[in-house]
Amino acid sequence: MNREILEEFRNRDIVRGLAELINRLAERHDRPMTFMEVCGTHTMAIYQFGIRSILPPGVRLISGPGCPVCVTPIGYVDKAVAYARLPDTIIATFGDMLRVPGSSSSLMEERARGADVRVVYSPLDAVSLADRNPGKRVIFLGVGFETTAPTIAGTILTAQAKGLTNLLVLASHKTIPVPMRILSSDPDLGIDGYLCPAHVSAIIGGDAYRFLAEEDGIPCVVTGFEPADILQGVAMLIRQIVERRTEVEIQYRRFVTREGNSRAKELISRVFIPCDSVWRGLGAIPDSGLSIREEFSRFDAEKSLPVVVEESREPTGCLCGEVLKGKISPSECPLFGTACTPEDPVGACMVSSEGSCAAAYKYGQ
Amino acid sequence: MDTDLILLGHGSGGRLSHQLLEELIIPTLSGIPTAGQNDSAVLEHDGRRLAFTTDSYVVDPIFFPGGNIGDLAVNGTVNDLAMVGAEPIAISVGIILEEGFSRSELRAILETMRKAADLAGVSIVAGDTKVVPRGKADRIFINTSGIGIFRHDLRIGGANARVGDRILINGTIGDHGIAVMAKREGLELEADIRSDCAPLNGIVAELLAEGESIRVLRDPTRGGVATTLKEIAIQSDVTITLDETALPLKGAVRGVCAVLGLDPLYVANEGKVLVFVSPDAAERTLARMRMHPLGKDAAIIGEVTSEGGGRVRMETITGGMRTVEMLAGEQLPRIC
Amino acid sequence: MCLAVPMQIVSIEGDNMVAEIDGVRREASLMMLNEKVAVGDFVLIHAGFAISRLDEEEALETLDLMRECLTLGQDTR
Repeated sequence: MNREILEEFRNRDIVRGLAELINRLAERHDRPMTFMEVCGTHTMAIYQFGIRSILPPGVRLISGPGCPVCVTPIGYVDKAVAYARLPDTIIATFGDMLRVPGSSSSLMEERARGADVRVVYSPLDAVSLADRNPGKRVIFLGVGFETTAPTIAGTILTAQAKGLTNLLVLASHKTIPVPMRILSSDPDLGIDGYLCPAHVSAIIGGDAYRFLAEEDGIPCVVTGFEPADILQGVAMLIRQIVERRTEVEIQYRRFVTREGNSRAKELISRVFIPCDSVWRGLGAIPDSGLSIREEFSRFDAEKSLPVVVEESREPTGCLCGEVLKGKISPSECPLFGTACTPEDPVGACMVSSEGSCAAAYKYGQ
Repeated sequence: MDTDLILLGHGSGGRLSHQLLEELIIPTLSGIPTAGQNDSAVLEHDGRRLAFTTDSYVVDPIFFPGGNIGDLAVNGTVNDLAMVGAEPIAISVGIILEEGFSRSELRAILETMRKAADLAGVSIVAGDTKVVPRGKADRIFINTSGIGIFRHDLRIGGANARVGDRILINGTIGDHGIAVMAKREGLELEADIRSDCAPLNGIVAELLAEGESIRVLRDPTRGGVATTLKEIAIQSDVTITLDETALPLKGAVRGVCAVLGLDPLYVANEGKVLVFVSPDAAERTLARMRMHPLGKDAAIIGEVTSEGGGRVRMETITGGMRTVEMLAGEQLPRIC
Repeated sequence: MCLAVPMQIVSIEGDNMVAEIDGVRREASLMMLNEKVAVGDFVLIHAGFAISRLDEEEALETLDLMRECLTLGQDTR
């Protein structure tokens, strides 16, 4: 019977009712409002369900940097390409990374040239790959935010327990709260509130955003990914503004608590250590990444199998950085739809299916 | 991007495939401007028309729930002929085998091909077999070519869609692509999904009784329903509007798509036909479809809403509106 | 940024389980889950790991809230 409950979050009448509620709430505020959906899955869902077409003109949604593939620096892709060229090496990756262009190649091109690149659904599938191919080394590309980081931690611990010596991880995990502070303190963006990511918050919990609400005065609502969730999240943000409240509210209460998932957080801190991290478009941000702890360095590709890569070149003319910050919409980039398309992407935002540019291209404005 | 490199996406049936065709293959091979626009070429000779087509099959895995590379190869060519309104009569089979392939698997594939040909009412009349050294091919590749004849004067093709035409499909979308993908190594999904691989000439023959009301027939294979409709929108220079709630979709296909982050609108079908039919004949055509064993789940999924644009739009389940584009490169399982 | 799908637990063996959605089954790990779960529960699966258990009461409450605004909308019209 739960299945039907979950279907209800797409119910057309409920969606209409919530759109109506947003209209009436927005009338109670005399200024336009700008909310950032931090997470790429929100960006996708907003395009996919045509959410913008049902919001009043005074409510503007801008897309944030929550697409792991998009914020992964080009140097990372160059390293992955270098590993793919090594003999007796299998690259295991989520499908998302395959098309991302590096300075001069991508994993898809390397596969066409003969590299062994496998798309997996779970990092645990990389453990099975390593198990089945003892004569080869398997390098898993560990990208993603707090939702994915514990799955990689669990994978490393599983490999350790199995005594596997041929599994390595090229890790570039990012954590989301600190960059959010940087974005909301940018007066050019004028962010009035955050739709906080749903699944990251299942791990880190709603309280992780309290500093944004309490110290920076930014309303935050942890919001689910179904159309009714997104609209209710927007309504809750507007209500905070008209009632002059700034707090962290959880709309996605069916899966997210204030505390988050302590076991997953333990997994992260057991295997990873917080570090400064380079975000494509945003630059180096202190305390916004995770690197593999010394104790697990034999699983760390960069430590136990260093590779030399060419100096990374950012593509010229690409405005992914501005798109990731929400400063421009995809169509405002001069390359959008002309030099940069999903089949021949220049910037990462056009690659990942949840990248703002790819979503704007596929689903229209 | 290295522009000299052929990528897997160039064979996905989406926009990359179109680019390769338009930029390289068609201009080099053919001087006919309409070459390659429909599923089969229609040749006119001494006042008689003949349909001719060819297709190659490289599916992995070669055996999948609901079929194998053999019946896929026969049905694919039968369907390409049926999509221009022709009655398939004969096909040829070219087989490329990798050294070390199994004789019993080959027998199983050939037997399925024979059965599929019998079912579709075509004869396999010519063939060729080659064996290449191990590693130079992946087990077995099959090419089939076919010819068909016309028993009517109807002109059916992708350029004939008109404003008001209703768009029908004979059943659920994405079954073939998902059945194959769920079996691939690395995804380890267990799902009760069978390929919809089937010959469509029978159901098409029934529909042709509607005469000139039938404007376009096309099977949404690689690239899925989205890519096929976009092709037709461009060819006919019209705008198509789809109704997301009307799309027939099996629960399990929806499930696999949710888990892997795929869009069923872009997933391949091997036993489905999209039919553009004039509005007055739409309900009758739907009823005809539903009478046929391959059309039990048939539905009207959209219509041609205006002239020009070459666009496909879709009213979403929430009542919003979005654009539908062609598949760009291959669809990949994703986590984000 | 992270695709996760609610699936229903079909069987549990130690830290592993089989979960199902719309007739599609896949093995997934329970290694990351805090709460005790049982066969029949819905969990959110990301990249082969259960990350959270569905709180059905909360789901129903959220829906009630949503439906409330539905009638509210009609009242003010």
